[in-house]
Amino acid sequence: MLRFLLEKEFKQFFRNSFVPRMVIMFPLSAILIYPLVANFEVKNVNLSLVDHDKSSYSRNLVQKVVASGYFNITDISTNYEDALETIESDQADLILEIPPNFERTLVKDKKANLMISANAVNGNKGGLGTAYLVRIISDYSGNIQAELMGNHGRLKIPNLDIIPLYRYNPSLLYSVFMVPAILIMVLAMICGFLPALNIVGEKENGTIEQMNVTPVKKFTFIVSKLIPYWLSGYVVLTIGITVSLLVWKLFPEGYLITIYFFATIFILAFSGFGLVISNYAVTVQQAMFMMFFFVLTFIFMSGLYTPVENMPGWAQFISHFSPLKYIIQVLRMVYLKGSSFNELIPQFIALCGFAIFFNGWAVLSYKKSS
Amino acid sequence: MKAVIVQELERSYDKVEALKGISFEVDQGEIFGIIGPDGAGKTTLFRILTTLLLADSGFASVDGNEVVKDYKSIRKKIGYMPGRFSLYQDLTVEENLKIFASIFKTTIEENYHLIKDIYQQIEPFKKRKAGALSGGMKQKLALSCALIHKPVVLFLDEPTTGVDPVSRKEFWDMLDKLKHQGITILVSTPYMDEASLCNRIGLIQDGNFLKIDTPENIINQYENVLLAAQSNQMSKLLKDLRTEEDINTCFAFGDSHHITIKKESLAENGGNFSIDKLTMDLSNKGHKDIHIEPIKAGIEDCFMELAK
Repeated sequence: MLRFLLEKEFKQFFRNSFVPRMVIMFPLSAILIYPLVANFEVKNVNLSLVDHDKSSYSRNLVQKVVASGYFNITDISTNYEDALETIESDQADLILEIPPNFERTLVKDKKANLMISANAVNGNKGGLGTAYLVRIISDYSGNIQAELMGNHGRLKIPNLDIIPLYRYNPSLLYSVFMVPAILIMVLAMICGFLPALNIVGEKENGTIEQMNVTPVKKFTFIVSKLIPYWLSGYVVLTIGITVSLLVWKLFPEGYLITIYFFATIFILAFSGFGLVISNYAVTVQQAMFMMFFFVLTFIFMSGLYTPVENMPGWAQFISHFSPLKYIIQVLRMVYLKGSSFNELIPQFIALCGFAIFFNGWAVLSYKKSS
Repeated sequence: MKAVIVQELERSYDKVEALKGISFEVDQGEIFGIIGPDGAGKTTLFRILTTLLLADSGFASVDGNEVVKDYKSIRKKIGYMPGRFSLYQDLTVEENLKIFASIFKTTIEENYHLIKDIYQQIEPFKKRKAGALSGGMKQKLALSCALIHKPVVLFLDEPTTGVDPVSRKEFWDMLDKLKHQGITILVSTPYMDEASLCNRIGLIQDGNFLKIDTPENIINQYENVLLAAQSNQMSKLLKDLRTEEDINTCFAFGDSHHITIKKESLAENGGNFSIDKLTMDLSNKGHKDIHIEPIKAGIEDCFMELAK
């Protein structure tokens, strides 16, 4: 029985002008493009400069800032008010104001003040831009210190140089952080959305009624719906892993089998979630919106973009209920740290819990509606 | 054994009572027509009998199997054709037929004799997707799919709604052939003219049967004097006829109005009604080309009488 239904499903699957293409194109474009776009590294910060001093020290500082590559000097204003206007008109993100007699004060008192003002409308850009600038200035002040001391040639001030070692992602590449998570997002879409929409589509067309009056068991019918999308899930995952290897030079530190094993549980859980939706939705449009609402919530609560630890307490609590959170943790750990199954047992338990919960709910709600 | 037994079946949707305790029986090998307007409860009844819907109370059985307890055995031996085309539009004609044959663990070849007459007409298009068929061809395909497993009872929910008159005629000819193959057919329709093609009919309205009998008996039991009236101003005629004191009811029926006369107005009961008198009255009211004649009642007239 299942064989005939599967034959039908695969025929329909490949006859569909859109789904097979999506199974190929979605992971390709997601893995190729999303990591480039979803990037929090801040470059091209527009800096407005107010140099009241115009000394060799202040020029040195400005050169250093420009040489860092993070900043564009968009204008040089004569006073702070003018500089503020460029911020107001959105031409500049930061103002660096060098006070009059900067050089003289620095040489005389070994201490001088600078002012940085940031436009925090885009908090990310303002914050990171300020941090970059502060680092450059402190670097610069270290050099000045050495230079001034060197002139006198007597005392050596111990200079603390901090070189952090970023474990697991040594160059802090954002793509390394994002790619495993995006793989999962694509998997969720293909294995959660599509079978749910397919089943609701049969409801909408009335074809499910025609099937219900036959001896086909509901279980068989639903399994025949899920299998093509489970298989597409593996295809999608494999394409994603291959592309991230070729394009992003990313290969899991851990075992591939661990990834496929966890992906299987996740697919099971998330297709169960799709079934729950399909039981409550009457039209494809309803199903689409319901899926969209939950998937969006799951994604934002999963730590895909922002770390869960940054969220307020209540949101951290809600994030426990996002299956995406656990599978994204798994992928990042396997990809970056090379974690093995033993280190992933909490995630394993959580994902199994979701699989049982969603599929159990799907079975119960299906019975109710008939 | 009766093919279908229904006793005191009730079903409500929220506050609307779709079926108000109906009972009827269908003999094996007959065409039983359920005839009534939209919203009478026909589809609800069909969905209960085809095990798609649970009744609130009452008993129903199909071919000796109770619809709730033995739903699995019922699903093996009935054919159901819903009012809406419900086959896979993205599969071809042949693929649709094949999938339904294999679900019932049979093949197209095995029961080809059953569907031959119908399927031959759509066979030239067997590689065409079902969604690309015309309305009449879709009906034929749906009937083929419902028949491919040689069902004992065939449920057809408004099979001719939205089908052209020629295809409708063909469709009923096919049903007659199927009846001779020993298949019991339950068919619902809002078209009263199709009633005479059934062995027995049940007139249904608002979830109740008004009458269950053969079409001939129902017509013979019609007691009123029925006249058909025409004039040059049909809509004014309807209004004028309804104000006539001798006239009991008056309904628009295609190109004429059907009127019934009050019993006490008839000459045999001492009344003074006559066609000439009515014609005179109407011509005084400005009607021309008045044409009134007695006619034999049809099922629709009976339905109107019973539904009053």
